[in-house]
Amino acid sequence: MDISDVLKVARLARIETSEAEAEKLLPQLNNILGWIEQLSEVDTDDVEPLANVVNMEAKLREDVVSDGGYAESVLKNAPEETQGFFVVPKVVEQEG
Amino acid sequence: MAELTDLTITDALEGLEAGDFTAVELAQAHIDAGDSKKGLNAYIVDTPEIAIEQAKASDARRAAGKAKALDGIPIAVKDLFCTKGVQTTAASHILEGFVPEYESTVTANLFADGVVMLGKANLDEFAMGSANTTSYFGNVLNPWKRDDGKDLVPGGSSGGSASAVAARIAMGATGTDTGGSIRQPAAFCGITGMKPTYGRCSRWGTIAFASSLDQAGTFARTVEDNALLLASMAGHDPMDSTSADVAVPDFAAALKGDIKGLKVGIPKEYKVDGMPAEIEALWEAGIAMLKDAGAEAVEISLPHTQYALPTYYIIAPAECSSNLARYDGVKFGQRVENDDLTEMYEKTRAEGFGDEVKRRIMIGTYALSAGYYDAYYIKAQKVRRLIAQDFDEAYQQCDVILTPTAPSAAFAIGENEDDPIKMYLNDVFTVPASLAGLPGISVPAGLDKDGLPLGLQIIGKAWDEETVFKAAYALERAANFTAKP
Repeated sequence: MDISDVLKVARLARIETSEAEAEKLLPQLNNILGWIEQLSEVDTDDVEPLANVVNMEAKLREDVVSDGGYAESVLKNAPEETQGFFVVPKVVEQEG
Repeated sequence: MAELTDLTITDALEGLEAGDFTAVELAQAHIDAGDSKKGLNAYIVDTPEIAIEQAKASDARRAAGKAKALDGIPIAVKDLFCTKGVQTTAASHILEGFVPEYESTVTANLFADGVVMLGKANLDEFAMGSANTTSYFGNVLNPWKRDDGKDLVPGGSSGGSASAVAARIAMGATGTDTGGSIRQPAAFCGITGMKPTYGRCSRWGTIAFASSLDQAGTFARTVEDNALLLASMAGHDPMDSTSADVAVPDFAAALKGDIKGLKVGIPKEYKVDGMPAEIEALWEAGIAMLKDAGAEAVEISLPHTQYALPTYYIIAPAECSSNLARYDGVKFGQRVENDDLTEMYEKTRAEGFGDEVKRRIMIGTYALSAGYYDAYYIKAQKVRRLIAQDFDEAYQQCDVILTPTAPSAAFAIGENEDDPIKMYLNDVFTVPASLAGLPGISVPAGLDKDGLPLGLQIIGKAWDEETVFKAAYALERAANFTAKP
């Protein structure tokens, strides 16, 4: 990683990061990535990735509404809400 | 009679049933003990009013002959479990003030069995840490002291839970274990901690860190008490599709079985370079204790052990970067106001997350980003399969595996902070079983030269917690660990 990678990743992760903070993070992240690099020694050519350790059938349920109808509860912890909606800074410019 | 706060859960249940004391008296004794040990910072929020209210209801149930399995037992709840109406933070600033509108399945199950909640236990921020030094709400102290008098870490991430149980300010506690977050703090604090098989407990309402690894578990001062708590917490839950639809055995009934002929695997790869002589000696002693009880020791090989930590440090950060995307200043928690939506996200997350959480999100985002996904994430998932297969093969030759829990005793606050990898190495013996989804328990088995507790870990086959508990119970009896902080 170089400094531009750190800033790019910070942007992807939506974490505001100054150049000075990125300079500080760079050696830490490279140190961790360098350490992780040892996995390249392992021969995994014919190995399937393991995503779920327990061999269980995914359960299906009836396709019916089983939950919901409490918008007030869902919004209870929102930093800002109005009339049943979350409020965010304006993202669509209005014409005129 | 012994102090109420010194009783085991098993003894307390007998005392309650015999009418020796009430649930209110038991709760009050723990509340008072907690007040005298505020310096440990074991709780983020104390809930004495809830505890007394629940204890009164418990006494009423018992008087009516309707006592439940754990009625009146006061415990600490790791602040990663959502509790309805009680602030739940994951020890992060970004969730400060978040008051869940619903109850986690694990706590709901415990409450249904009559458990009393003393408070929400401190932890590493989002359960990311091995020393409980990353909490926004301050470090937790280990009740044990070294001769030099320095403050010691309780281990992490479930540091508050472990510290509270060791300090006798809770009879038991809930924890979560992603790579060792129950077993390592249990070892550091001289108590017993159990991580069951992945899928044994529902993750519904447990704040997510790494979803393919996170698993709820227990802390208490005896193996039997852990078995009682786990039986209450566990079980299938339609709200978590990864919670297994398998019967929950009576774990406590399994404990006292004979371990004659039990084959105990000793993995040669766990004899790592630089392992302190005391840890190696304790491990040898543990082998001897199980042999004396009739077990047979078998040398086994887990050849990919050395790759477990780097594998974990791709998979866990990758999953955390995805899981923690939900903290965006919109739906719950803190928001840093800004007129621009993206800047609002970026500023909220920059201010809301601590350094270790940011580091892991960054590593995870990088590992999942275009061009690196196969090289990092898929590669790690492949090595994860090899690690899981190592265990499958080892279990052809043995029933359980015995290892040290951690490579050292509790260290002082500030030690191992200069390099993140040094901190990560704390989990060298616990992470492999986590990657394979296997149950593991840490049992206190001795003291080091500084008088600090050391733990041994027993790892079992998937869904075979009963044999893990049985072997742990034999080890507990033989080790006869009676030291207190």
